[in-house]
Amino acid sequence: MTTQVALTGNDAVAEAFRQINPDVAAVYPITPQTELMHAFAAFAADGAIDTELVTVESEHSAMSACVGASAAGARTVTASSSQGLALMWEVLYIASSYRLPIAAAMVNRALSGPINIHCDHSDTMGARDCGWIQLFSEGSQEAYDNMIQAIRIAEHKDVLLPTMITLDGFIISHTMEALEILDDDQVKEFIGKFEPVTNLLDVENPITMGPLHLTDFYFEAKRAQAEAMKRAMPVILEVAEEYSKLSGREYGLFEEYKLSDADVAVIVLGSAAGTAKVAVDNLRNRGIKAGLLKLRVYRPFPGDQIIKAIAHVPAVAVMDRSASFGLDGGPVFNEVRSFAYGREIKLISYIYGLGGRDVPAEHIESVFHDLVKAIEAGKVENVYNYLGVRE
Amino acid sequence: MAVKLKDISKNPELLAPGHRACPGCAGPTVLRQVLHVAGKNTVIGFATGCMEVATTIFPYTAWRVPYIHNAFENSAATISGVEAAYQSLRRQGKIDSDKKMNFIAFGGDGGTYDIGFQSLSGAMERNHDMLYICYDNEAYMNTGIQRSSATPKGAATNTAPAGKVKQGKDQNRKDLTACIIAHDIPYVAQASVHNYLDFMNKVQTALATEGAAFINVLAPCHRGWRFPMEQSIDIARGATECCFWPIFEVKDHIWKINYKPKEKKPVVDWLKRQGRFKHLFKPGNEHIIEEIQAEADRKWEELLGREASSRKLQEEMQPA
Repeated sequence: MTTQVALTGNDAVAEAFRQINPDVAAVYPITPQTELMHAFAAFAADGAIDTELVTVESEHSAMSACVGASAAGARTVTASSSQGLALMWEVLYIASSYRLPIAAAMVNRALSGPINIHCDHSDTMGARDCGWIQLFSEGSQEAYDNMIQAIRIAEHKDVLLPTMITLDGFIISHTMEALEILDDDQVKEFIGKFEPVTNLLDVENPITMGPLHLTDFYFEAKRAQAEAMKRAMPVILEVAEEYSKLSGREYGLFEEYKLSDADVAVIVLGSAAGTAKVAVDNLRNRGIKAGLLKLRVYRPFPGDQIIKAIAHVPAVAVMDRSASFGLDGGPVFNEVRSFAYGREIKLISYIYGLGGRDVPAEHIESVFHDLVKAIEAGKVENVYNYLGVRE
Repeated sequence: MAVKLKDISKNPELLAPGHRACPGCAGPTVLRQVLHVAGKNTVIGFATGCMEVATTIFPYTAWRVPYIHNAFENSAATISGVEAAYQSLRRQGKIDSDKKMNFIAFGGDGGTYDIGFQSLSGAMERNHDMLYICYDNEAYMNTGIQRSSATPKGAATNTAPAGKVKQGKDQNRKDLTACIIAHDIPYVAQASVHNYLDFMNKVQTALATEGAAFINVLAPCHRGWRFPMEQSIDIARGATECCFWPIFEVKDHIWKINYKPKEKKPVVDWLKRQGRFKHLFKPGNEHIIEEIQAEADRKWEELLGREASSRKLQEEMQPA
C-alpha cells in the first residue's frame, strides 16, 4: 500500500526519517535544511518516534555525536546544508574511516563566500572525497526514496559506509510536490533491524575505536575503505531492485531519458534534470534527437557505466552546479572525461546555477544547440563554458 | 561511599601496561585512578593528545574498556552521542535497562580549554549523563609544548618563549573550572593527581551524579614544565600548597574547598622548581613573580568567598 501525499522536499525526508525511526538523530539548524528537522523534532515531541534527539551546538558536534552514537550501536541520522556540511568536514572523513553507517540528508546550498542561501552543489561536491556514498535526488519523491534506500546501503555488511542523500535547496526542499509514501510497516520491514558491527556499549567485548595508525597500517586502512566503496556499487543496485518491487519506482546508478537514440545529450544531477527533460522534449518536437543522463549515484562514481550509456552519442555536455577553482570544468565533467579517454565523444563543460541562479529550459536548449553546432563543425569551439552568468 | 585503598588494590587494572607515555608522566596515573573508580561498565572517549597517542598505537591498545577517539576538539560531543545511544536503546528495551554505565570523555587542556571548548560547553549544557575530565598539563604537550589558554602567566613555551623582549606568556590562565561552573551542571570539581583519594572520590561522586559532571585535574608534564621526571606528583602537590591550583568542588551549587593549607606557601617556591619559569628569576623580572602571586592570592580569596557565600545562601534558602 502506498499513500499519495503533497509534501515539500524537507517534509518528505522528515517523513522518511519518521518511518526509519532511528535510535539517535543529531539536530542543528541551517537554511534551507531547517524545516526538515523542525518536522522531525515535532514527531519526537509527539512521541511518534523512539529517536533520541541530540540538539547540538554546531554541525561539527552534530557529526561528532553521530560518530559516537553509531559506534555505540545506534541507527543514526542527521541533516545539514552548505556551511554546516563544511563544518562537519573533518568528522565526515572519520565517520567513513570508522565504517559507521550513518545516514544523512544534505540540502544542497552554495558555500560562502559571498554568503548565499540558495542552491548549488559546491557543498556536497566538496565532500566528494570524504568516503561517503552520495546519492543525488531530482525531486521530493527521489529524496524520500533515496533516504530509505540509504539506510540499507550504508548498513550492508559488504559496505558499512556512511551515506548522504542530497536534495536541492529551496528548489526541492521548499517546493510542495505530490509523492507516494510507503506504509510505516513496509519501511520498517524493508530497512530491517540494525545489527551493528561495532558496539561501544558491549563492555564484555571492549573495543578500541580510532587508534593511531602510523606508516605501517594507515595505508592498508585506506585501501580497505576504497574496496568498501567499490563493493557499494552492486549493493546500491540490489537495494534499488528490492525497493522497486516495494514501491514500483525504478532506480539505477543513473536515469536515462530518451538517451538510447540521442544524437546530443546532457549529463546533469539534481533538480535541473527536471528542467533538462523539458528541454529534451522541446528539442525533440523540433526534430533534434536530444537525450539526458541524470546521475543519481555520484559516489561511488559509475564512470564505466556512464560511458557505456553515452558511447553512441557523438557530443555530450556535462553540467556542473559547482566549480573547482584552478581546474577548467566542474568535477562531474572532469570525471566523465577521464572515463571517456580514448573515445570519440565530444565533451563540453557547462558550469551553471551557482548560488541558486535559475536555469530555465531555454538555457539547456542552448546547450543542446551548441552540441549540434560542434557535431556539424566537427570540433568543439569552447570546451569550458559558463551558463547564465554575466561576464 | 568513600573510595578505600584496600578495595582499589583488589580491582583489576583496566589500563594495560606497555603504553608509550613518558616515564614520570602524570597522565596514565590520572587514567588509572579514574578507571579504578569507574570499573568495566565504562565507555571512554578521548580527544587527540598525548594520552590518546600513547595508549592506542595500532594494532595495540592499553584500554580494557570500550574506547573511542574521534578528533581533537570533539570528545565531549562524541561521548554525548554514545550516551544518547545508550539512553535511546535502553528506553526502547534494546539493551538491558538495569545496566548502569559510565560515559567519560577526556581531553588535555588544549583539547578542552581551547579547541574543544565549544563541544564541551554544548555537552554540559545539554546535561548528558556523562563525566568530562580535563587532564590539565598547562600547555599543548603532544605537539611539543605550545602555549594554551591553560598556560600560566610567565611560563615559557615554544609559541610564547622567553626572549629578549618577551618573558613567556603575557596573559593569566583561563579559569576553565569557573566557566563550567557557570553552566550550572550538577557537579564540577578541581583536583590534582597527587591527592589520589580526593580525586578518586570526586570521580565517584561525579559518576553517581545524574547529569553532566566535570573534573579538571592537574597533571604536571615534566617535559614541558622542566623538572626532574620523578617529581611529577610532588610538583602537583606544590601547586595546591601555594594555592595556585586549589582543589575544590561545587555540588548542587555548594562550593567546598577540599584542601586548605595550614600555611599558604609563596608561589615563588613552586615556580623556582620548574625550568619553564627560569627566566622570571632574572633581574628585572621580579614584578612578574609579584603579579603571579597577586593573581593567585586574588583567586584564592575569591574562592574562599564563594565557599562562604554559597553556604550562606543555602542556609537562607532553606525552608524554615
